[in-house]
Amino acid sequence: MRRLFPHPYLTLTLVILWFLLVNQWKLGSLVLALMLGTVIPLVTSAWWPDRPRVKRPFGLAAYAVLVLWDVIVANFQVARIVLFMPRDRIRSNWISVPLDLTSPEAISLLAGTITMTPGTLTADMSACGRALLVHALHAPDPDAVRDDIKARYESRLKRIFE
Amino acid sequence: MTPLLPLLLDFLLATVLIGGGIFALVGSYGLLRLPRPMQRLHAPTKATTIGVGAALFVSALDLAGQGQISWQEILITLFLLLTAPISALFLAKTLILRGEADPDLPATGTGTPWATLGSEHRDP
Amino acid sequence: MILPYALLFFLGCIAVALVLNLWRLFTAPTVTDRILVLDTMTVNAIALVVAFGIWAGTGLYLEIAVLFALTGFVGTVAYCKYLLRGSIIE
Repeated sequence: MRRLFPHPYLTLTLVILWFLLVNQWKLGSLVLALMLGTVIPLVTSAWWPDRPRVKRPFGLAAYAVLVLWDVIVANFQVARIVLFMPRDRIRSNWISVPLDLTSPEAISLLAGTITMTPGTLTADMSACGRALLVHALHAPDPDAVRDDIKARYESRLKRIFE
Repeated sequence: MTPLLPLLLDFLLATVLIGGGIFALVGSYGLLRLPRPMQRLHAPTKATTIGVGAALFVSALDLAGQGQISWQEILITLFLLLTAPISALFLAKTLILRGEADPDLPATGTGTPWATLGSEHRDP
Repeated sequence: MILPYALLFFLGCIAVALVLNLWRLFTAPTVTDRILVLDTMTVNAIALVVAFGIWAGTGLYLEIAVLFALTGFVGTVAYCKYLLRGSIIE
């Protein structure tokens, strides 16, 4: 069982994705979805040696709601800067965010969150994977942005994944 | 069914659509207006995504109101939310490597260089 | 009732946005900017297709939107990868 389904959650996700794609309920689709869900994890398992561990799945759902809300707020802030702020008054800054997270899934989720939320964008990672390079569209106080990212998102992800 | 509910839904959908259209426009306008390459990266990744999000939201509810339920909106939304950060990251890495970004990068604070500029050039 | 008018407004916004993008595509200072513009145009095109689907009252257009979402992302990453590494598939 373990060898046939190296990643059960990946299999489940693929089946659900396939049904979203074909958009109707048919037995044939289920067979094809199950075939894809079995073959793809088997073929690609060489690139996923470890199973990602999520300690609190419900925490992940709450996190998604928080991020979705922040994305909407982010858009109002960015729109205001783009439309009304004089060009020479926009203070763009690079920010280096040291990471406490170690699991790759948590780090990629954090990087994605930073890109989607208020005026910040993940640009790069340090070669050792212990720090993220973040670009802020308008940040007169870069340290406050860094502390905000760590307190608002990273601490939550740490509780969910580690 | 009271006639009030469809009216409210109509207003809600119209508001979402108008808001989404304005945001999509702002994103494309920001591409023209912002002066520096790294700043230009900000406008489309966020504003445009919410434009599409609005259209998909309205499409889902409108089709559901007509009795056809379509799940593909969820798929597109999910896909855009997952891919927008990745293309932004790739574009940022390209800007950094080609020296078109603002050059005053901060130190990593870990003793190693940033991955794009490091000697061992690895995938993100 | 007011939804068709809102839809017209939305289509107009996306059309203007696409014209702005085209303008930027021709005046962009660097190659990276052009990739960014193409990426934005893909997302705007998806919005246009979805909005047209609402206008036509059918879910069929969503299939086109799915295809656009899939291929547009791959295109952006391939362009960036080419500039970053000099080749796309290693």
